[in-house]
Amino acid sequence: MRRLTFRLGLVLLGLAFAVALTTLVWTPWPVEDMSGGRLAGPSWAHWAGTDRLGRDSLSQVMIGARIALMVGLGATLVGGLIGTVAGVLAGFAQRGLDDALAAALDILIAFPTLLLAMLVVAASETASLGTAILAIGLAMSAIIARLVRVVSKRVLAQDYVTAARCCGAGWLRIVLTHVLPNIAPTLLVALALQFGLAVIAEASLSYLGLGAPPPNASWGQLLQQAQATVYTAPLGVLVPGGALVLLVLAINFVADGLRDLLDDSAEVRE
Amino acid sequence: MLRYLLRRTLVLALSLVVAGLVLFVLLRLLPGDPAAALLSVGADEAQIAAAREQVGSDLPIGQQLLRFLGDLARFDLGKSFVSGSPVLPEIAKRLAVTVPLTLAAFLLALALAVPLGILAAVKANRWTGAALSGLSQLGLAVPVFWIGILLVWIVAVEWRLLPASGFPAKGWADPAAATRGLVLPVVTIALVMGASLLRYVRSATLDVLGADYLRNARAMGSSFSQALLRHGLRNGAAPVISILGIELASTLLGAVVVERVFALPGLGSMLLLGIQQRDYPSVQGVLLVSTLLVLLIGFLADILQRLIDPRLRGADEGEAA
Repeated sequence: MRRLTFRLGLVLLGLAFAVALTTLVWTPWPVEDMSGGRLAGPSWAHWAGTDRLGRDSLSQVMIGARIALMVGLGATLVGGLIGTVAGVLAGFAQRGLDDALAAALDILIAFPTLLLAMLVVAASETASLGTAILAIGLAMSAIIARLVRVVSKRVLAQDYVTAARCCGAGWLRIVLTHVLPNIAPTLLVALALQFGLAVIAEASLSYLGLGAPPPNASWGQLLQQAQATVYTAPLGVLVPGGALVLLVLAINFVADGLRDLLDDSAEVRE
Repeated sequence: MLRYLLRRTLVLALSLVVAGLVLFVLLRLLPGDPAAALLSVGADEAQIAAAREQVGSDLPIGQQLLRFLGDLARFDLGKSFVSGSPVLPEIAKRLAVTVPLTLAAFLLALALAVPLGILAAVKANRWTGAALSGLSQLGLAVPVFWIGILLVWIVAVEWRLLPASGFPAKGWADPAAATRGLVLPVVTIALVMGASLLRYVRSATLDVLGADYLRNARAMGSSFSQALLRHGLRNGAAPVISILGIELASTLLGAVVVERVFALPGLGSMLLLGIQQRDYPSVQGVLLVSTLLVLLIGFLADILQRLIDPRLRGADEGEAA
């Protein structure tokens, strides 16, 4: 069962990437093309119908895949980098400093990703793809940092680290040769799960109007526009939402599969 | 327990102070002068100076901090730049929407997740367990606002059972209308929250099912459900409670999206509006109040955990996981 969902996840994720890359060179209709008639139902010309300006829905949903993946991957990269560095440093910290860092991380984590992201967007002058990536990434880094702190403390307490210290290994060497390789599996699984959450966070931000500005047809934005016309054109809500759910499911399946493959420490999973 | 209570209260007070300071610094780090929100394009020097004096951004940073702390001590969160009305009563009005919404959703989610989570663990190898796990997987992948939109479409637009959005202007003075307005938002949040809680309840129950004391209880003659209720529930509850605290806090603040779907005048929509209008006092006020609530919930969760599981009381050094 697990293996099946893992493969299904990989196939769907691959498909999403393929669609996203395709939109760089080709979409069924140009995005600005408004010849389709307002809120038309599905037809051979427009498989998923058109939006209220007569633009092809399928083309917009395809572009949405690109934005979801870009922001998701970008945010995971930002959050992973900052979180790992901060977490490893906190792992080295001693009593007082360590307590303070742990408490600070706990408070940060109590705030939902979305709220922190809203603040970052508020702090920058205009909302853009970059602010969305930065915002979600920063919010994610606290979660990653807490995990990395706990796992690297566990590694640092091992006898082989003490042995390495006795041999005169500096902290950088210990981080590079012992801590990072040992936390990598757990970290990778956590990042995969966060990737899925980042995709949802991006959609939520752009649903609130705090995501990438209009020419970028993000799924959240499509849903926000289609909400008012759901009675006459339900496809406008069903198609982007369905695509979003499928992508996040695929990512979660892959994350679960990775966990089975790589991570044998079952207790560290969040 | 008393010592822990004292220590934890001290931590709560300290975190409040630190969080307040961090917020102060963060909001001052924002680019631009908050006074700019008061001015129109092309304001002259005198107008700028007047606006800065009104906002207080002409003072040195130390005096600004003192003023900020002094205002806080008098529960004065300032006045909105946009409407000119004091921020605190506005927050109180909006909490009257957000708190019932969150609490009701939380209770509904618990009512769904606890029995279903236990069922999913007990029947882990049957199709019931697999189906429940699958459902919760699905629930984790569905954005909350999409569920909201779908519910509005089906229940409010197609079936015309409940209002699609909004909250009566009179608020709770019109209890029937207020309750009707909150039903769909509550169900929306509860579905998504229930899905993630179900997973935690399931894994906590699975841990309990493998435990020796449960096998012993069975050997002493308790029936399976008796053993699970008497020994399993209490043992499994402690780890779940800390998750519950985090979930409750994040729902309180995460309600912003649901409030937008249903056009509810809650705390989240106040924050969103404040951000869009660059209304610093409103944003700062909402953040302060929500930080307070988040820290309080964490405090209560920690205490509750120790009331339920005495073993944690001795072990408050280090990781209380």
